[in-house]
Amino acid sequence: MKAKVFVTLKASVLDPQGKAIKHSIELLGFEGISDIRQGKYFEIAIDGALSEQQARDEAVRMARDVLSNPIIEDFRVEIES
Amino acid sequence: MKFGVIVFPGSNCDHDAYHVISKHVGQPVDFIWHRDTDLGGYDAVIIPGGFSYGDYLRVGALARFSPVMNSVKEFAARGNLVLGICNGFQILCEAGLLPGALMRNRGLHFICEHVNVRVESADGPFTHELKPGSILRMPIAHADGNYVCDDATFDELRRDDRIIFRYCDPNGELTDGANPNGSRDHIAGICNRERNVMGLMPHPERACEDLLGSSDGRDVFRSLAGTLAAAA
Repeated sequence: MKAKVFVTLKASVLDPQGKAIKHSIELLGFEGISDIRQGKYFEIAIDGALSEQQARDEAVRMARDVLSNPIIEDFRVEIES
Repeated sequence: MKFGVIVFPGSNCDHDAYHVISKHVGQPVDFIWHRDTDLGGYDAVIIPGGFSYGDYLRVGALARFSPVMNSVKEFAARGNLVLGICNGFQILCEAGLLPGALMRNRGLHFICEHVNVRVESADGPFTHELKPGSILRMPIAHADGNYVCDDATFDELRRDDRIIFRYCDPNGELTDGANPNGSRDHIAGICNRERNVMGLMPHPERACEDLLGSSDGRDVFRSLAGTLAAAA
């Protein structure tokens, strides 16, 4: 089983890296991009003995306590069996 | 009075802090490896600058889980003095000992230069020897010094006079150009509610000798030592 954790900056937090990436992409000629926000993605291999719900609960705890900083970031967890 | 300087894998201003305490403050000081947990016998602990754990995940994020940090939390809860400089400030924020977070600099660059900071509060163990409104010249060396916090925290910091240093221009004005990293309201250093834990991005320990461009940082350590001497 695999937990996928997506960590993104809160909407209220400025993302200068995302802005710089957007600028570079626009220099390549891409148009119509209104915004780019950079985030982090984690793949966590989880022991198959856990139920899907247990795996989700564990991944949420990891995301909340370690992988994200709740002051500036939000997270989302997906479980892939 | 005895000082401890915590050493994480990747700390690199630990020797500067040790040098200042032993040479300028003239007091005993030990390095404390991050796996040690005994802070008995210390009167103040410095969490130095550097790149603990290579800044992996987020700056300061992994250092928070080092065994010594539980001891630092207890040490602080007993009212002892904890000073976090640069990466030390980032670690204290991640550990929840100080509010807010330090993000990538507004201009994305690593900035290494002397800056001016204005003393905003002389109420506390780290700045009582300083005059509010006075200007200190100290170096910064960071890529992630952009202080952010939510509005409620910001209001609390202002209301309780917990913003200790702000980035300013040479005249003490808070011009936008004098804010090197985009920190909220020019914040360069704050303290906790009890005022015994302070974090700041500039390096007072690297500004203690004229030969290094400034000795303004000495006042911070003089305040710290004065507080400990008065309590002894």
